[in-house]
Amino acid sequence: MKVLVPVKRVIDYNISPRVKADGSGVDLANVKMSMNPFDEIAVEEAVRLREKGAATEVIAVSIGPAKAQDTLRTALAMGADRAILIMTDELVEPLAVAKLLKAVVDEEQPGLVILGKQAIDDDSNQTGQMLAALLGRPQGTFASAVSVVGDKVEVTREVDGGLETVSLSLPAIVTTDLRLNEPRYASLPNIMKARSKPLAQKTPADYGVDIAPRLTTLKVSEPPKRAAGVILPDVDTLVAKLKDLGVTA
Amino acid sequence: MKTLVWVEHENGAVKDATFGTVAAAAKLGEIDLLVAGSDVGPVAEAAAAIAGVSRVLVADDAAYAHALPENIAPLVVQLMADHDAFLAPASSHGKNIAPRVAALLDVMQVSEILSVEGPDTFTRPTYAGNAIATVKSSDAKLIITVRATAFAKAAATGGSGKITAVSGPGDQGLSSFVRADIAQSARPELTSAKIVVSGGRALGSGEKFQEVIEPLADKLRAAVGASRAAVDAGFVPNDYQVGQTGKIVAPEVYFAIGISGAIQHVAGMKDAKTIVAINADPDAPIFQFADFGLVGDLFAIVPELTAKL
Repeated sequence: MKVLVPVKRVIDYNISPRVKADGSGVDLANVKMSMNPFDEIAVEEAVRLREKGAATEVIAVSIGPAKAQDTLRTALAMGADRAILIMTDELVEPLAVAKLLKAVVDEEQPGLVILGKQAIDDDSNQTGQMLAALLGRPQGTFASAVSVVGDKVEVTREVDGGLETVSLSLPAIVTTDLRLNEPRYASLPNIMKARSKPLAQKTPADYGVDIAPRLTTLKVSEPPKRAAGVILPDVDTLVAKLKDLGVTA
Repeated sequence: MKTLVWVEHENGAVKDATFGTVAAAAKLGEIDLLVAGSDVGPVAEAAAAIAGVSRVLVADDAAYAHALPENIAPLVVQLMADHDAFLAPASSHGKNIAPRVAALLDVMQVSEILSVEGPDTFTRPTYAGNAIATVKSSDAKLIITVRATAFAKAAATGGSGKITAVSGPGDQGLSSFVRADIAQSARPELTSAKIVVSGGRALGSGEKFQEVIEPLADKLRAAVGASRAAVDAGFVPNDYQVGQTGKIVAPEVYFAIGISGAIQHVAGMKDAKTIVAINADPDAPIFQFADFGLVGDLFAIVPELTAKL
């Protein structure tokens, strides 16, 4: 069984994003970019499935600018076998990403597609569910455990009240939550080895997919700031303040 | 505009996030509700009483129990033939279902809206809430998830929606529910509690977390939350987590105890009306967001506070 893992190049999660003064977006010039953290978890899970013998090949795919090659090389260094870059400098919305991924799935016929539950830039949380819909296949979103049993996959999902487990017929789509695994760091020898792994370059046009956006961003602004309050001298003062707010036992 | 709102329900009751979602739909136009599930008569009646509702469409079928998106999405697609917008709460189930509906209708979903600015224009958080985008949709239909805490809840009573049975394509044979492992608690639900008491890494252990945080929460009849650091350290289960990757809360009062105030955590609680921070480090970022701060040893301060309230 092949496993397909889409990965996205995004602002590094340790960086505080800054909104541009003209309200046109977030300033990404000279900002450190990395693989979306949820996608790292997806790559790790796919590589573990191959190490356990449940998968035969792990294919990483990214949609983005030429620089997204770096993200794919990271996936290859973590253990993916080969990579596909669908190159575009346009902003690609989740619906268009899902259509491109469907085209890749039609070609590659993976048994599982494992994606991050959301990208930490647009926070849409849509692509996996949309891909599952377009393929007419089941989805196990926000996974905290994945186990392949015969022609099914059992996915334990993080839901609002706790956990829930579903059984899905393969092929299936899984999206990762934070506690699914702890992604490995790529070792130096593996980073070197990744340089010679195959990386195919494509364009959206190769797949005949229209990626024109459906949403227009009119403006981007900073969230309203909370004014810093006061440091109180002691518990009694806090109790008095809370009483003023009507908070009592 | 005719809207269709997916009613999230559990154990025969309408879940809280539904009311904020109905409030968002009310800004767009006429409201129909969809109650899908197994033996959902009582839910349908509760839904019909929500203020401003025109019709309650009830799909009572075992295939719709457990909110499996593979089965619910085709039902919604069928109902969208005579609706212009579909709204679901941005809860774990809502986020699971809505994008599947959107792709089947070839619509780009607008995720987790914070406000309705016009019939096709909304604000939504990006970059973990650090940038608020105003977006305009060009699609023929709207598929929306709603951050329910950003809207004043629709009233649970006063409505007289007409209950109408509907049927859909049923079980698609792709997925099945195996089991749920849902924490049982006598406390109010985290996302709808009036007061939330949250603990962080500084508590040091699960035992200390229980010993310090729970008595204060008990006394205030508050929900208990935690930072991601406390969850990752294993002090509490992951459904306690407040933050961008956990639950988004907007209580009247939020206590952040031994929580430094990472961006990730603040994104989940900054809409609280009043924030109280208790932390040993006077330079902790949490004090930049807190209305009231106490600097000192939480193991002394919190028991004293619990005793004096």
